[in-house]
Amino acid sequence: MDRFAPYVFLRDLASRWDVLAFIVVIGLIAFLGETSRGLFAPLSQLEITPLSLDPRHLPEYAARTTFRMLAGLALSLVFTLTYATWAAKSERAGKLLVPILDILQSVPILGFISITVVFFMSLAPGRVLGAEFASIFAIFTSQAWNMAFSFYQSLRTIPVELSEASESFRLSPWMRFWQLEVPFGLPALIWNMMMSMSGGWFFVVASESISVGHTTVALPGVGSYIALAIQQKNLVAIGWAIATMLIVILLYDQLLFRPLVAWVDRFRVEQEPGVRVPDSWALTMMRRSRLIQGASVAFHAAVLWTSRVVKRTDEPLAAPPPPKRSLDLLWVSLAVAAVVLGLWHIVWVLIKNTPPREALEVCGLAMLTMLRVFILIALASLVWVPIGVWVGMRPRAAQIVQPIAQFMAAFPANLLFPIAVYGIVAWKLKPDIFLSPLMILGTQWYILFNVIAGASAIPAEMRYVAANFRVTGWLWWRKVALPAVLPFYVTGAITASGGSWNAAIVAELATWGNTQVEARGLGSYIAEATSAGDFHRIVLGIGTMSLFVVVINRLFWRPLYYYAERKYRLT
Amino acid sequence: MNDSPLLQCNDVRKSFPKPDGAELLVLEGMNLELREGQIVGLLGRSGSGKSTLLRLIAGLSEPTAGRLRYMGQPISGPAPGIAMVFQSFALFPWLTVFENVALGLEAQRMPRADIRKRSLAAIDLIGLDGFESAYPRELSGGMRQRVGFARALVVHPNILLMDEPFSALDVLTAETLRTDFLDLWAEGRMPIKGVILVTHNIEEAVLMCDRILVFGSNPGRILSEIKVSLPQPRNRLDPSFRELVERIYVEMTARPLGGPSARQERFPGLGIGSVYPRVSSNLLAGLMEAVAAAPFNGKADLPEIASDLQMEIDELFPVAETLQMLRFAELEGGDLKLTEDGLAFAHAEVDERKRIFTRHLLNYVPLAAHIRRVLDERASHSARKSRFIDELEDFMNEEAADQTLRAVVSWGRYAEAFAYDDENAMFSLENPT
Repeated sequence: MDRFAPYVFLRDLASRWDVLAFIVVIGLIAFLGETSRGLFAPLSQLEITPLSLDPRHLPEYAARTTFRMLAGLALSLVFTLTYATWAAKSERAGKLLVPILDILQSVPILGFISITVVFFMSLAPGRVLGAEFASIFAIFTSQAWNMAFSFYQSLRTIPVELSEASESFRLSPWMRFWQLEVPFGLPALIWNMMMSMSGGWFFVVASESISVGHTTVALPGVGSYIALAIQQKNLVAIGWAIATMLIVILLYDQLLFRPLVAWVDRFRVEQEPGVRVPDSWALTMMRRSRLIQGASVAFHAAVLWTSRVVKRTDEPLAAPPPPKRSLDLLWVSLAVAAVVLGLWHIVWVLIKNTPPREALEVCGLAMLTMLRVFILIALASLVWVPIGVWVGMRPRAAQIVQPIAQFMAAFPANLLFPIAVYGIVAWKLKPDIFLSPLMILGTQWYILFNVIAGASAIPAEMRYVAANFRVTGWLWWRKVALPAVLPFYVTGAITASGGSWNAAIVAELATWGNTQVEARGLGSYIAEATSAGDFHRIVLGIGTMSLFVVVINRLFWRPLYYYAERKYRLT
Repeated sequence: MNDSPLLQCNDVRKSFPKPDGAELLVLEGMNLELREGQIVGLLGRSGSGKSTLLRLIAGLSEPTAGRLRYMGQPISGPAPGIAMVFQSFALFPWLTVFENVALGLEAQRMPRADIRKRSLAAIDLIGLDGFESAYPRELSGGMRQRVGFARALVVHPNILLMDEPFSALDVLTAETLRTDFLDLWAEGRMPIKGVILVTHNIEEAVLMCDRILVFGSNPGRILSEIKVSLPQPRNRLDPSFRELVERIYVEMTARPLGGPSARQERFPGLGIGSVYPRVSSNLLAGLMEAVAAAPFNGKADLPEIASDLQMEIDELFPVAETLQMLRFAELEGGDLKLTEDGLAFAHAEVDERKRIFTRHLLNYVPLAAHIRRVLDERASHSARKSRFIDELEDFMNEEAADQTLRAVVSWGRYAEAFAYDDENAMFSLENPT
């Protein structure tokens, strides 16, 4: 029984969760103020206060970097909610938008920077803001595509019953979007946001310390800090940067993603009983705190209000008029015309400026990089598939390994430059071979993640069958474990392969101080063209890389994926 | 017939460690013998440990105490002469019917030609000819379970273990498969010597088994052993068959002599420490209505109402026992008899129903009364879920506490005795605005 206590009314006013919420909110406001202060400063400000390797500046740099990544994430979200929705809703637009997304996905992210930085700098001439735009845009390009794809998939797979229910209640498209489509797509979207955040780190170094031809900007941030540390051969500073990254990743995991994952659990359509509901102290805080509760009630009311304001379609529920063939034809011919025009322009510009010998050489370089990617994926698979299966069969081990792998996936290759360059120079190793592992440094973990997920999804009864019939050793791997994880493995390998192509631009040209080590390949070709500011070679290199990635995806990965899905998926 | 038993279990006991260091006892005092030519049924509800025992016999886990012997040899790990058929079929989707069947022989490193011969023979025997190259996803549930049988038979096991093999199938398919199995067994065409069948379907047990071991829960143990000497093939409509089914129903609902009363036996613990199953108020109301209506008119024979409502004992018993706990019905001698209030409830309108239910809930469910009292006494009329969970965990494990509280929440919501907000994990008296 509760005794009467004098502080009861105080407890009604503010709970201890409120105190915590207050601290967090104030912290966030301070963070925003701190990071946005520098945005409007003139560019020359960057030269007056150059970057410093003093770790005391790291909290500020970390805040700026995080701000950029979150801004990129917000942009990606806006892009996802519009682009993917449009692609899913309009049959016509979808025919064009989905392939475009596919191609955008295969354009190397660092390529976007080289091409767009001049444009963004011109948006806010002489101000830091322009460089910030360029950097945020680069981060955006590393985050947006997979999110858009995931939301597009969700929109296409909304259960017919839910869709019919919302039709029969005659929800307006606006309400339908917020009450059905967004909630339904959220779980997958949030998972992809987490992957995007991890992926974004990889490009932070390149996007903050931009140097294209004569344009050189180093925005204050962890990425530039790393770049400077590499330039000055400062190993201690590299260590500080790694520690900072770890802390930042931990912070946004606890404050942002954990609560999101726990919160989004309610939007899962198929609720399996007995599955443990994800938990998050930050979400508990938000729910228990009257302060935040009040804010969220107000927000919810505002959302409901928009549903009322946006006019409901009061037309009768008749079947939509059949699409006109002539309009279809017009649309397709317009699209074809645009594509042909664009292609012609690119090809014309390229042909005019590139001798055929150079084009052939670039193709050869692309082959080299392709060879590297395939060999590395094969090697990584040999290592991580058995380990992933072993871990996945042991839930406790999986709990320990997953977060570590997640951190490793966010690890930019540049951080290992010192080791690579030292080693190659000291032992006179072949850079063509020994720089290659850097390409798969961050991406191999996708194989591990997915194999772990696959192995832990093997039903207990199936393991019992194997034990009961005493299926062991190689037979067990051949007939049970490998087939069971194959669909998951292919998903992981596709991501890893795409990421490795991207990473090639960073990994094939490693610098440490004044020492530069280069491996022949398309990545180093693009990297060199970028630092020389040779626009046509940049476009040629990036175009070739995109082409290779698209073709490999279409001819190799996608058929493999469908085959694995069809034959090996456990239902 | 050989004199030594195929399988012997002596005083087998199995417990799992709980996070708090205590142990959760799931099986106790298991004594069991399987002789050649017998089908032994393990009959009980979920949670009575019968599947756990099956896994011990299969060598898939180890007993905490006691001895398990297969043909006189202690069982340590999966034995070559014991094969299992699974409830969910557990076929490998990437292997064809033939490859699924051949898997067990491949594990024995048998020559290719022999594997082929024996697999085809098993496929033939179980009626799967023509499906050798099909993938499981192309087959119906019944055909898939046939693959499960063929896969088990192909290794020529002495003992066949069956873990509710028919319960994932529809009624018609299950009956066909059972009959086919019994025919093959009677004709001695299967290379097996004894069968252990786990089931929660009383009629299935009587139809198939020579002996039935009735399992009780908390912890799992054998309540009684029933010999079935009806000649095969058995007829469900035969009076002696019905009589036996009835007898087992009585057995499974009887109050053990000299022990604690049945109510406490089923919901272990006393007062606030009782563990309740999650039974929705809809099911409670539905069963009361069914029993109150013709032809039962307030008193129903359990086997009859089970087949009438197409409920397995697994589903029916918790509802019936919850009615008894709420004093809406009496459970005795295989009958379910509504009390006066139970009858009144069945015939009442919504508001009156809620009044009756509230009264019984607060009178006979100490936890509900406790929650209500706490809410009434507090100035804020609200209380955290954790407070009651903590109290419950003095009596039971975490899982049982959660299940019990959820059951009481759903009854309390129906009775409008109190409100509960899951997001904040708060109980309150007010209704949501």
